[in-house]
Amino acid sequence: MTTFVELLVNGISIGAVYALIALGFVIIFKATEVVNFAHASLLLAGGYLVARLWPVVGFWAALLIGIAAAALVAAAIEFLVIRRANVASHSVLAIVTIGVDIVITTELTRQIGTDVLAMGDPWGSQVVRFGGVTLAETRIVALVTAALLITAFLLAFKYTGWGVAMRAAAEDAETAALMGVRLGRVSMSAWAVAGALAAVAALFLCVFPTPGLDRSTSLVALKAFPAAILGGLDSTTGALVGGLVIGVTESMMSGYQNDMAFLGRGIGDVAPFLVMLVILLIRPAGLFGTKELARV
Amino acid sequence: MYRFLAWTGVVVVLALVPFYLDGFWLQTGLFAMSAAIGAIGINLLTGATGQLSMGHAFFLAVGAYAYVFFSAEPTARLSGMGLPTGVAAVLAVLVAGVAGGLFSPIAGRLKGAYLGIATFALIFGGQHVLFNAEHLTGGFNGRAVPELNLFGLSFGDTPSLIVLQVPFGTLERLWFLGLVLVALAMVFAQGVLKGRPGRAMNTIRDHEIAAGVMGVPVARYRAGVFVLSSMYGGLAGVLLALVFQRTVPEYFGVLLSLDYLAMIVIGGLGSVGGAVVGAMFVSLLPQLLTKYSDSIPLVAAPGTPGGVSPAEAARILYGAAVVTVVLFLPGGLLGLFRKIRLRPPRLRLPLSSPSPSPETRSPHVP
Repeated sequence: MTTFVELLVNGISIGAVYALIALGFVIIFKATEVVNFAHASLLLAGGYLVARLWPVVGFWAALLIGIAAAALVAAAIEFLVIRRANVASHSVLAIVTIGVDIVITTELTRQIGTDVLAMGDPWGSQVVRFGGVTLAETRIVALVTAALLITAFLLAFKYTGWGVAMRAAAEDAETAALMGVRLGRVSMSAWAVAGALAAVAALFLCVFPTPGLDRSTSLVALKAFPAAILGGLDSTTGALVGGLVIGVTESMMSGYQNDMAFLGRGIGDVAPFLVMLVILLIRPAGLFGTKELARV
Repeated sequence: MYRFLAWTGVVVVLALVPFYLDGFWLQTGLFAMSAAIGAIGINLLTGATGQLSMGHAFFLAVGAYAYVFFSAEPTARLSGMGLPTGVAAVLAVLVAGVAGGLFSPIAGRLKGAYLGIATFALIFGGQHVLFNAEHLTGGFNGRAVPELNLFGLSFGDTPSLIVLQVPFGTLERLWFLGLVLVALAMVFAQGVLKGRPGRAMNTIRDHEIAAGVMGVPVARYRAGVFVLSSMYGGLAGVLLALVFQRTVPEYFGVLLSLDYLAMIVIGGLGSVGGAVVGAMFVSLLPQLLTKYSDSIPLVAAPGTPGGVSPAEAARILYGAAVVTVVLFLPGGLLGLFRKIRLRPPRLRLPLSSPSPSPETRSPHVP
């Protein structure tokens, strides 16, 4: 039972981190209708800067720089590439982001090489005990931070002028533009926010109990894709639920993998994708995605 | 007549290659041929039908491993069927098609980028199986690939064969097989694209609803193209296995799938020629950089510290090429060639230039 509770809390915590990534992914999709495959590289860029800078400027400053840099890179991608690409279909835009991803990820993995970079976070490997349940401090911080950020974002999305502009642009870009919404700014800010969220997620993907940032971190980040799509690519609620589903599934499957030896080693890494397939079979638009209807 | 002469020239030059170039270039060329077959397949799916697939590497893996499984003699540790190798190759392609067909409930219903993310599952699931089903796949170490043997002609080093004083080993023999396979793959795909199915596929890409109204069974077409593309992937996998002579699970990962998408964008979406040009670009670039790393600034020889290794330099270059092509060269490298050939005063617009319809992309007002 204790194991179960530990796995569940860990799963929710890592799920909240996936939700952060998936949320950024969904924001970008809503604002620009681009499926951003470069998201993993944004995450890697943010995490890499934090890991490299904390010995020089201290952890908190490094974290701020990392977040700002990831936001900047994302905004630059939107400004330099996405806005200028005049293509027939959105699949092509998605492939463009793959090109961006290849460039950034290759360069960063080259810089990282075979190193495992520590994140220099103040929580280290301390654990907290509630009754018989042992939890890593980092996991609790991750859960709280993610919850705060997501709440803040959803409130901003609902009540601020920026949020209204973004929702209007997502609903009907042309009308929004006629009403004075600056579409360029809206989509650029969407990318920047997504980049910042990805950088925060990078921090929590690389702290204890994981050894640190290494070249495989961007592969870990790929698990946020099923989170985004199983919730529904155009739904912020979906991103949250998807993140949690993926996190808990992964945690449970890894935790009990000895009881499921017939499924082979490392089933925890594959389980998120299998869950996604099952959900897509039943609901092709995802759990909360709007089913696309068109008037002819 | 002019076209005929040009094609004859290409064929003659390609047939002469094994007599003059050494093993390194032959192997590189064979990789490019395998990539070309795979790229034609994914271009039918992504370029012509607008369905994004990240799972192409999975079907290459299915083709490669199925060939090994069907053709290898069973041993104590590894299972196999010991079938004649030609039969095994055909079965491997069919198995890849069946694997694509099993995915059709999803491939038929999801569209565009949604399918792209869903097909990530194939890669990760496939990797999991490749590493874990050890009696089938040999696990981490992979399996040795039996030589192909067609109608008494062995595509291996023995028995020795000397043509015009050039010893014909595995690579030289496979070179001709590869040429034939690429040619067949091109002709078949061209037929699909130029005929009724091709029109239907392009309509689905450009306007799904219009396609449905015109009587195109959209879901069935999507699933069908997915199966066809996975069979192309399987064939590419078989050829790759024969050239590599060993199947290694790591090779068939996410990066390979991304390579294929890069190929078709760089070459030109939706056309057979584009796929082939892109495949050549992406598979020859790393080898060229490796070979001439000494004389290119910023690129270090592999193994030396500092500097960008040729493989990394190639990845960065073609990642950047994808972006550049989409921004400045709609139509890819093939489109560029056409433009050069058709420059004024003989200006004729290529018939196949896809014009964006207002529904597929709303203009960005900055």
